[in-house]
Amino acid sequence: MGNNLDALTTVFTEFYYWVTVVFMFLIHVGFCMYEVGASRWRNHLHTLMKNTMLIPLVTITFYFFGWWIYWALPNGPGITGPILWDMGAANTPWSPNMATHLGDRITGVFWAAFLLFSWTAASIVSGSVIERIRSSAFWIHAVLIGSVFWIIDAAWGWHYGGWMVQILGYHDAYASGVIHAIAGGYALGILVVLGPRIGKFAADGTPRDILPHNPWLVTIGLFLIYTGFWGFYAACNVPIIAPSGIDGLITGETWTATNIYLGPTTLGAITFNFLMSLSGGLLMAYVVSKGDPFWTYSGGLAGIITASAGNDLYHPIQAMIIGGIGAYLAFKLHYFVERKFKIDDAVGAVAVHGYAGFIGLVICGFVLWGYPSSPYDGYATVNPLGQFLGAIIMFFVLGFLPAFIVSKIMAGAGVLRIPREVELMGLDFKTLEESEESRENFRQAEKALV
Amino acid sequence: METWAVDLADVGAVYPWQGAEVIMVIVGVVFWLWWHVAQVKGENEEYKADLEKYGSDEQIKKALDTHY
Repeated sequence: MGNNLDALTTVFTEFYYWVTVVFMFLIHVGFCMYEVGASRWRNHLHTLMKNTMLIPLVTITFYFFGWWIYWALPNGPGITGPILWDMGAANTPWSPNMATHLGDRITGVFWAAFLLFSWTAASIVSGSVIERIRSSAFWIHAVLIGSVFWIIDAAWGWHYGGWMVQILGYHDAYASGVIHAIAGGYALGILVVLGPRIGKFAADGTPRDILPHNPWLVTIGLFLIYTGFWGFYAACNVPIIAPSGIDGLITGETWTATNIYLGPTTLGAITFNFLMSLSGGLLMAYVVSKGDPFWTYSGGLAGIITASAGNDLYHPIQAMIIGGIGAYLAFKLHYFVERKFKIDDAVGAVAVHGYAGFIGLVICGFVLWGYPSSPYDGYATVNPLGQFLGAIIMFFVLGFLPAFIVSKIMAGAGVLRIPREVELMGLDFKTLEESEESRENFRQAEKALV
Repeated sequence: METWAVDLADVGAVYPWQGAEVIMVIVGVVFWLWWHVAQVKGENEEYKADLEKYGSDEQIKKALDTHY
């Protein structure tokens, strides 16, 4: 820290990211509530632990190798250059910067902000596969999506020097693709192999509703995800930087907040657009689902997710309309895919995150056509083809494909799905039976005292 | 660290065992991999015990009636 202004900027930035991390914790609280509420009573404890334990697993693996991937692989490698060993060196788990270091106040909080995105990516997948995946299998998938595949896509398309930004003009400011499309695609890749829950489809293929044991918990969970999403949005920004710090084409001396590509934006802009896209999604989802609470809340989320790629630059009314389109298509596509392909996505995660994220990227390519993707010279501008290819890379190449391959291997080894009898009796049956026995024993003991 | 009588501008890492970072990483990775192995063993044992104790058709029907 060279002078007091530098010191203030550094400490402000440190505190800023720290606050975003605390906010983003609420996303995970929300996902846990949502997923537990959506499960049946006989599975709810295992469902809770399946989601909870991704926290430590993704955290430690993101520390061991995930963070290095982000800094070392923006070039592919081999597309725009080699592995960036020098950039990666400070972000290895044996680097002093990845520890208690009085000269580096930023690495820890910036790492944590990305880590919370990692949890979100894994948690999106978690909900869709409830009540029949082995926890052990899911946790390996959680490490893969949370500490490998999403962070590869971040290096490629969510880094100021990423090859997708340079060549495709890829723009995804608040992660329609780099978190949501990839996580939705990843979930679909597992679901295709995992198959539906027993009884989800009648013999003639008609889907049955498997009702959540606690709809109220589901909707409060989604409300908490909205709340945590504020932290997510803020964490996608660099809070304050001078043009000299960017070292790009911006002229003058005006300091600014930027998106992850170091392109200028403001917290005010993203606040307008977050709320308007949420509103567009809620309004449309309420109508299209005929007031169904689960889909109305999910539609609000789909609205934000669809507009997120360009919410640093959209007009708020554009954000609202785009949010509405995303919510409509997510709802329709969920039921179309369920009926047509017999995919049992227990919480609609593939639709709300995957399809909405994919569609959001494509829409962004048209609405922001010709906008600079970066403040640096020589980068492609935002364009529909680049965004479409980016969506394919996120959803299929880094999402669906690895999940499908790994799930096939797991299924072949018999370690993907729980035994049929356990699925029927419920994962929590033993615990629930023992709880009931304990209650009864105690009740009898108390009666004996009367 | 032995004293805080320092110019903080000259201070970097302050954690103990500096120089042993790679060893600590190896210990961390071993702990992570051990956890997966232990968890899979525990999960298999849990399913086996559940099926032995509760896996009959009657028990499964009872489960569906009791804890749906």
